[in-house]
Amino acid sequence: MDLGQLFAIIVGAIFVSNFVLARFLGLCPFVGVSKDSDSALGMGMAVIFVMTMASIVTWFIYTYILVPLDIVYLRTIAFILVIATLVQFVEMVIEKVSPTLHKSLGIYLPLITTNCAVLGVAVVNVNEFMVTDLPVATSFIYTVVHGLAAGLGFTLALVLMASIRERLELVDVPESMRGIPITFIVAGLMAMAFLGFSGLKVG
Amino acid sequence: MESVVLKSVIALTALAAAFGAVLAVASRIFAVYRDPRVGQILECLPNANCGGCGFPGCQAYAEAAVARGEPPAACPPGGEEVARKVAEILGADVGEHVRKVAVVHCKGGRSTSVQSIDYEGIRDCRAAILVGGHPKACVFGCLGLGTCAAVCPFDAIELDDEGVVQVDIEKCTGCGKCVEACPVNIIELVPVDMKVHIRCSSHDKGKKAKSVCDVACIGCQMCVKKCPSEAIHMEDNLAVIDYEKCTNCGVCAAVCPTNAIIDDVQKRPVALIGSKCEGVGECAKVCPVKAISGEEGERHEVDREKCIGCGLCLDACPTRAITMVGALGLQKGRN
Repeated sequence: MDLGQLFAIIVGAIFVSNFVLARFLGLCPFVGVSKDSDSALGMGMAVIFVMTMASIVTWFIYTYILVPLDIVYLRTIAFILVIATLVQFVEMVIEKVSPTLHKSLGIYLPLITTNCAVLGVAVVNVNEFMVTDLPVATSFIYTVVHGLAAGLGFTLALVLMASIRERLELVDVPESMRGIPITFIVAGLMAMAFLGFSGLKVG
Repeated sequence: MESVVLKSVIALTALAAAFGAVLAVASRIFAVYRDPRVGQILECLPNANCGGCGFPGCQAYAEAAVARGEPPAACPPGGEEVARKVAEILGADVGEHVRKVAVVHCKGGRSTSVQSIDYEGIRDCRAAILVGGHPKACVFGCLGLGTCAAVCPFDAIELDDEGVVQVDIEKCTGCGKCVEACPVNIIELVPVDMKVHIRCSSHDKGKKAKSVCDVACIGCQMCVKKCPSEAIHMEDNLAVIDYEKCTNCGVCAAVCPTNAIIDDVQKRPVALIGSKCEGVGECAKVCPVKAISGEEGERHEVDREKCIGCGLCLDACPTRAITMVGALGLQKGRN
């Protein structure tokens, strides 16, 4: 494990292969929850939290159950199971422990239950960091950092999108383009802009 | 081969069972008591989240209603029906609920009022006011950019071809969003059974008001003098109806020289003078629109074209010879 590699993972997950704008995962909340920046930020926080937690839990499931039993080809279904359970569990805990946090974060949690971006993080983790030649501890740290950074990248994309859409509200958009159509065009342009990061060489 | 299938099935079933057990236990440990009445109330609310009740959304109102006993009739869009259901769930009395609808006190359209500037900024009344861009020469009037129509959660407001705001009182729920949004404060919530309104807000003196708008209140006080129930008074060169006293008789709308007063009563009754008439002539004296004529001592006649169905002659006639016919939707306060 070296810090350069960690840095590369962080920059990679936030910018170069941003989950929304480069990998095109989690597009549903990207369009659905980006109407105002407050709820975008709330959703982003929830996603950061769930992605990090999911990375940790799936790492354990994968390393200590799927690999020893030699059933790694079942990882997708196992991960869905894990993530759905995790989100439900977290929602229950938050509601009991902190009703205030539940009010601001809770409504977004069910949205993430079967979000493909969260599943995507787990799958990417498996492909990139759970290969056999990495030491166990290193693989775990990379996984957690990647989950966190992926969440940050998702939040960044979502908040950017929400800010643009808030401004779009006041712009004279042709009637047939108002609402979702212009949002799709904006999303495409943002994806193209993020394509520029793919030239970055980090680590 | 069999062992692979068996292994997969067992492993996943075990995982699922374990997670299920975790969730089952967690739902016991972390159970939060929810009053079932909140959900019940929420179900019968319109769920438009208009905020008309004063709470941020229907959920917040439902919680407040259960927790603090907020009045069941607080939901303007829901009206009586919702109030009754909520009261039933809470086991409380409904209380009185008068449905109110929005009235825009301006009817100056593109052809009737003078446009002072050609505003091409953001199509929003509030934005226009910020940059001093009132499109009309009358600074009191409606800007006609439709912010009220845009904020209306029930599609009850629209601009007609003239740019005059029209409220659909069937759809209007009286949530008050438009009242808040209007930067010139010309929208008011009035009880739905009030049908006669002064659709002008100009405080300009008569001459000036008339010079910028054909349908402005010019402060002539005709309506004030003619109103049989003294429901109209002047406020700074503008006639204002006191809806507590108004009986919807429509006299003011008939006498207003600039048509600033509108009368939305669909069909008014017409006075009919019967054979008992002795020709006293009291009716002709009180008629505000001079619809009654006749020689003294002979049976008088009503000009059905002119009669506005105000019913003043009814009370004035000493022989009780007058009846109102075609009285569909007879207004309150009249016998």
